[in-house]
Amino acid sequence: MAVQEFVAPKSLPEAQGIFANDGSASWLAGGTDLLVGMRLGMRDPSRIIDLKQIPELMALEVSDDSILIGAAASAYDILHNSEIGSLCPGLADALDLIGSTQIQGRCSAGGNLCNASPAADSIPALIANGAVCRILGSSGERLLPVEDFLVGPGKNALKADELLVQLVLPKPMLGTSDAYLRLTPRTEMDIAVAGTGVSITLDTAGVCTAARVAIGAVAPTALLVEAAGQALVGSKLEDEAIDSAVTAVRAAASPISDKRGSAQYRTHVVGVLVKRAIQRAQARINAGAKA
Amino acid sequence: MSTPLNKLPIQAVINGEPKMFLAAPGQVLADVLRDELELIGTKIGCNTGDCGACSVLVNDRLVCSCLVLAAEVEGQSVQTIEGIADGAVLHPVQQKLLEHGGLQCGVCTPGVVVAAKALLDSNPNPTEEEARYWLAGNLCRCTGYDKIIHAVLDAAEAIREGAAS
Ligand SMILES: Cc1cc2nc3c(=O)[nH]c(=O)nc-3n(C[C@@H](O)[C@@H](O)[C@H](O)COP(=O)(O)OP(=O)(O)OC[C@H]3O[C@@H](n4cnc5c(N)ncnc54)[C@H](O)[C@@H]3O)c2cc1C
Ligand code: FES
Ligand code: FES
Repeated sequence: MAVQEFVAPKSLPEAQGIFANDGSASWLAGGTDLLVGMRLGMRDPSRIIDLKQIPELMALEVSDDSILIGAAASAYDILHNSEIGSLCPGLADALDLIGSTQIQGRCSAGGNLCNASPAADSIPALIANGAVCRILGSSGERLLPVEDFLVGPGKNALKADELLVQLVLPKPMLGTSDAYLRLTPRTEMDIAVAGTGVSITLDTAGVCTAARVAIGAVAPTALLVEAAGQALVGSKLEDEAIDSAVTAVRAAASPISDKRGSAQYRTHVVGVLVKRAIQRAQARINAGAKA
Repeated sequence: MSTPLNKLPIQAVINGEPKMFLAAPGQVLADVLRDELELIGTKIGCNTGDCGACSVLVNDRLVCSCLVLAAEVEGQSVQTIEGIADGAVLHPVQQKLLEHGGLQCGVCTPGVVVAAKALLDSNPNPTEEEARYWLAGNLCRCTGYDKIIHAVLDAAEAIREGAAS
């Protein structure tokens, strides 16, 4: 680890100025990927730029129409924000599955996304919730949906001079809820064999008016499966509709076989998880309607 | 691994006392605690966030000190295992670990104590399940966990009774 410099800028312009003139710098949020990568010899930045002193990167705000999550805010901070947890219980479940209490004290949703692991737990939940990345670069700001931010295993769409500032989620409207489920061989401290994030909106008659289904760990990146969402819209989430969503998800999956599971097994499992996640989101909406 | 000469002066409150120390820009807190501050109670098992032996509290937040850069704690407060007992009086978690035989080789114990203290500070009455999940990032190769969990739940009860009396 031959890091020559550590800097903790206090504002966005300050951070950008530092990054723009140094190609071998790395952004640091919670460090649970970066510092592990350095330890394993996979990363060798000469400069580390800590993002946690920048207010925009640590912000957590719920407004009338959106939820804003600073890219460097830790899972712990997000989980202890009662509003975000109750508006997006599935996203909270996903963050609560990452690593241990110690890891959650540090790891950020932004870092989980930027690291772009195919199995990252928060990503399918972010996609299901329609999260959009606020990206800042030397030529200004741009917005990119999370599903388009992922380019390949470990690869995101950021250019060399860009920084992920925030994740912006539309505030779930009445009758909307989400769920995230993953399968791991162990209960804790393990990586998903398959995962899925689902967000569903039901009208007062129980008819699905909007649905987003995302899958993780079964393709080079987490994926939004639009056909699965479409299969649910217009239905009352009867078995038939759910079965076609499951079929769509299995068709979209292109997993690898490894020690955690064969491609065939993963394809099967992701379908099972999608079905359960849809039902869990539905149960959450119904519980909310009664409350 | 070359050691850069450009060490940073860091000021932080360590176990309640303001301290100043030098850290290389890429040096992790666990190494600084052990090598610069001689606080060798904090153990290093894996260096990759998996074992929890290096658990400390930074601004009361439980973290792995092997995954925090020393430079990040500038101006912050750090509590290590050395700051848990009240002088010669053990913290209830420490006392109960002794009583229950919740340690053998002891390598995981400092991390377990710090993590369990953080649990009981935020949740004075955890269920067994809550305690097991909270401590899932503290690996122990010796005890089989049962004795640790029982000690923690017993400590919780002792603290609650102490607070009530
Ligand atoms: C023991 C252990 C267990 C884990 N278990 C799980 C698990 O179960 N599920 C799971 O999904 N993950 C798991 N992880 C990985 C998870 O902790 C990380 O993916 C974490 O979410 C990354 O966030 P961070 O804030 O720590 O990022 P960092 O490590 O600080 O950064 C991650 C990467 O993104 C870059 N980066 C960070 N922020 C920005 C930004 N704002 N703009 C541009 N680039 C940025 C960094 O340069 C780095 O390359 C585990 C990690 C450990 C060590
Ligand atoms: S040494 Fe830090 S978690 Fe193992
Ligand atoms: S007592 Fe030996 S590792 Fe826990």
